[in-house]
Order: sequence, then structure tokens, then C-alpha cells
Amino acid sequence: MVDLYDFYNLMDRHNIMLSFKGEVSSDLLSSILQITESKLERLNEEPRLKKKVYNVLVECLQNLYHHIDEAHPDIDAKSLAGNPIEMRSALMMIGRSEDGYTIMTGNHIEEVNIAKLRNRLDQINAMTKEELKLHYQEVLNNDEYSSKGGGGLGMIDIARKSGHKINYFFQPVNDRLSFFCLLIKIS
Amino acid sequence: MKIEASPKTPSVMFDGEQALLVIKGRSIPENSVEFYRPIMEWLDQYAAKPSTKTNVNIQLEYFNTSSSKCILDIFKRLESIHKSGNEIVINWFFEEDDEDMQEAGEDYQAIIQIPFKMQMI
Repeated sequence: MVDLYDFYNLMDRHNIMLSFKGEVSSDLLSSILQITESKLERLNEEPRLKKKVYNVLVECLQNLYHHIDEAHPDIDAKSLAGNPIEMRSALMMIGRSEDGYTIMTGNHIEEVNIAKLRNRLDQINAMTKEELKLHYQEVLNNDEYSSKGGGGLGMIDIARKSGHKINYFFQPVNDRLSFFCLLIKIS
Repeated sequence: MKIEASPKTPSVMFDGEQALLVIKGRSIPENSVEFYRPIMEWLDQYAAKPSTKTNVNIQLEYFNTSSSKCILDIFKRLESIHKSGNEIVINWFFEEDDEDMQEAGEDYQAIIQIPFKMQMI
């Protein structure tokens, strides 16, 4: 029997106001954004912070959504619980604390793609506010499109709007997969 | 040209009499290239026979990074109309407390050779 009360207390301790685990579809994305927006509205959050949370959430969710497109369907791996790993499945949580919000996402990533992502995040984290601005403008104007249009602006935008360093971690799952945890603080 | 707004896409309207292009609302689609394609095609046609003065109002509440390159492409098309000797006025609207939207306007201004009018609302 699942101990729901444990779940409840864990989420309560981390002040989770919204969470989701599963496949990220376009419709789901719309629903999460709508729910978050009305929650922020009800909390009477200041407009500046409300907009930042919404913006960063859009980028985080669309990262998950697009990443899912790239996932290899042929990976035959089992989770800790012994279930087949569903590469299209992700985890998303929004936590609220006294000094702001934290957006957390988790998804499986292939080992071969880790180094590139790690380098990218470290590069962004090493930049000052002004450097991020210039880097954003440079990437915006580089005429390169990704298949979905963003062309590598997402993480720079997240870093700029959140005003905090991007917190991330790769939790090894097996020799081919890790679980990529992303924590974005917004205040 | 007239495109109605949806929860993830802005309304886009061109008033031929006033030569006024208005993009208003949210632009957060997953696939922006697809949404903006007809607007680019319309702009290419317009560039062949533009009005001597075109006003452009950009009044976005939110836009995602998938839209940001498309918006730059709109500005680049306007820039070439401007360079061929026609007047273009770009009004970039942002709410008083929205420093991010103000900065976004400044980002485009840094790339595009048309003076922006920053309009606080």
C-alpha cells in the first residue's frame, strides 16, 4: 500500500504547490500554465514576480517537451522500481517559499548528451548579468534555428529572468542513462 | 491580414488604411516557426509595395524563446523596408513593472537599425 501521507508530508515540507509526473504533451503544458497562472493570481503575487515565474515555467516545460522529441525509443532500461524507463516521461514541481519560487524539472538523459549540456550550463552560470545579456543578443542574431525555433536561447533566458545561478545535477541511472535534475530559483 | 489570438498565440492585425501592424497578446507556442510563417509571407508581399510610412505596435504580455527569433525576423524584414527609403515606426509596449519586457525591447534595439519607441503602459 502506498503511504499517501508520506507523499503529502514530503511535498508539504518542500512547499510544493503543483507537481506532475508523466508524459509532457502540448495540452498538458497548456493546463499546467493555466493552473499556475490562476494560483499566482489567487496568491496575489506581485506582477513582476508572477511574470518571471510564468516565463521561466514556459521555458522549462518547453525544454521538457522538445527534449522528449529527441529521446531514443530503443533504450531498454529499468527504473529503480523495476519498471521500464519511459523516456517521454518527466517530473515537474513548483515550490513556493517566503523568498520566492523554485521550479524543478527532472527527465532522463542519455550519457552521450550529458557533457554538452553540462558545458552549456556551466558556461551560462559563469556569466554576469551583462554577459548574459550580450550572449543572448548574440545567439538571438546568429541565424541558427533549432527545429522548433528557439535555437539555444532557452537556458540563457531562464538564467536572465530568474536572476539566480542554474542549479543542476545528473543522477546516474545505469551505464547509458542519467536523470537530469534542474532547479531554478526565482525571487 | 487578421489572425485571432489564442491562449498561446497573439492576435496579428494589419490595418491597410493606417498602414498599422499590431501584434498583441501572448506568443508562447511550442512551434513558433509554424505560427509565424504566414506573417513572414505576408511581410514579403508587403515589402514589394510598402506604404511610405508603416507603424508597428508590438504589445506582448509574454513571449517564449521559440518566438524570439521569429520576432527578430519580422524586425529584419521591416528593417529592409526601412533601408529602401520608407519610414518605419516600431512601438514596443511594456507594462510599468515589467523590466524583462523592457529589456527584451532593448535586445532587439541593439540588433535592428530602426529606432524603437519604448512605450510604458
